[in-house]
Amino acid sequence: MRPLSFGKVISRSVLSRPATRLYPFVKRPFFKATRGAVAIDIDKCILCGICQKRCPTAAIIVTKAAGDWQINRLRCISCGACVDACPKKCLRLENMYSPAVVKKGADDKVHQQPKPGLGATQA
Amino acid sequence: MATRTVIPFGPQHPVLPEPIHLDLVLEDEKVVQAIPSIGFIHRGLEKLVEKKDFLEMTYVAERICGICSFIHGQSYCQAIEAVMKIDVPERALFLRTIWGEMSRIHSHLLWLGLFADGFGFESLFMHSWRVREKLLDIIEETTGGRVIFGTAKVGGVRRDIDTPTLKRIEGELRTIEKMSREITDVFKKDSSVRRRTVGVGMLSKEDAVALGAVGPTLRGSGVSQDMRKLGYAAYPKINWEPVVETGCDCYARCMVRCRELYESFSMIYQAIAKIPDGPVDVKVTGNPSGEYFSRTEQPRGEVIYYVKGNATKNLERFRVRTPTFANVPPLVKMLGGCELPDVPVIVLTIDPCISCTER
Repeated sequence: MRPLSFGKVISRSVLSRPATRLYPFVKRPFFKATRGAVAIDIDKCILCGICQKRCPTAAIIVTKAAGDWQINRLRCISCGACVDACPKKCLRLENMYSPAVVKKGADDKVHQQPKPGLGATQA
Repeated sequence: MATRTVIPFGPQHPVLPEPIHLDLVLEDEKVVQAIPSIGFIHRGLEKLVEKKDFLEMTYVAERICGICSFIHGQSYCQAIEAVMKIDVPERALFLRTIWGEMSRIHSHLLWLGLFADGFGFESLFMHSWRVREKLLDIIEETTGGRVIFGTAKVGGVRRDIDTPTLKRIEGELRTIEKMSREITDVFKKDSSVRRRTVGVGMLSKEDAVALGAVGPTLRGSGVSQDMRKLGYAAYPKINWEPVVETGCDCYARCMVRCRELYESFSMIYQAIAKIPDGPVDVKVTGNPSGEYFSRTEQPRGEVIYYVKGNATKNLERFRVRTPTFANVPPLVKMLGGCELPDVPVIVLTIDPCISCTER
């Protein structure tokens, strides 16, 4: 039994810099491998719908007739099953998380349509 | 006879990260009986096999527990692989061992922090979690997630770690090991820690076996039982011994976890030295037909996965017996006769994970 056994660790902590960051001024860099948000290169997409079939949480909805690829960010668990399954390799996992939304519903869905001039639109 | 009072403990309590309810029957300050009740966080994950196919269930299995997620995924994959008679490549087995042990280290460091918080040693809690944060960075770098690794897959693993990264990780782990030693020395030697833990929450060897305790709760009572000795993943190719303490009290259970940290570090170093080259997964075709019990050792103890397939893409039955479920009867035994202020400390020594228990 030894009193003050924590002294060494405590004194070093007192003398060293804080272990925390001054967020939001200093942001934590994400790793290259971090599974953040799913992103799509919509011009390469052929709307085959394999990502929709493979998605374990049914977050992706592909409507071939309307030419629409849609992801529900709040359902997505960033597992990367769609990225692995994509035959055209147009899906990727970015290492940043998707931005926070203020309400459920329209804000959490992202539509992408591969038509000239339309580009990415947030519904 | 003193007047009996019933004090409700939980489901919301400062020491409980997850909801379990205990009715503590007291005589003065002494607990004479503890009546547990669970059922606050049932999610019906076993029923999901009817909706998700057997490959998608890996993601569900990983999410049964937020802390030992990788080993849950691994146990499920091992069960399916045994049913489908899939030979997993050697490299994948070593990677599973490396990630499994990293998961154990981060779970034990988390527990050490919570335990310190349980007896009011706030700065020790902060320091344990600071060390854990360094390990979480390595996990995020290699798997993409901090606690949900997402790398388990039927037929192997989903990601590889290249050799230069493995070597660098080994160096970083040695630094983390050094930092952990300073923390565990405090648990081992500090007088205030010992006063709160030595002789508290006694569970004799006979009771531990009779009540079906598992994991560090069982090994803290002097029984050398560790499911990794069954020889799954790469454990048969690594030199290690189960950690056993004979104190039977909260201190012994804490020491089991402290020593297991170093056993895990040593296993990772050995696995990095011995990992062979080759593929990390095999292609899975067909559907599982048959049944299997998969038993693995989680940070909290033995987990049992039962799967039954009927040659369709959905499993017919899926059942999980988690370690906390097995450790609740020993907990009730430990609580009998203890003082009321010791209840949080004793409850924490089984490392309760109620979300696993109720699935």
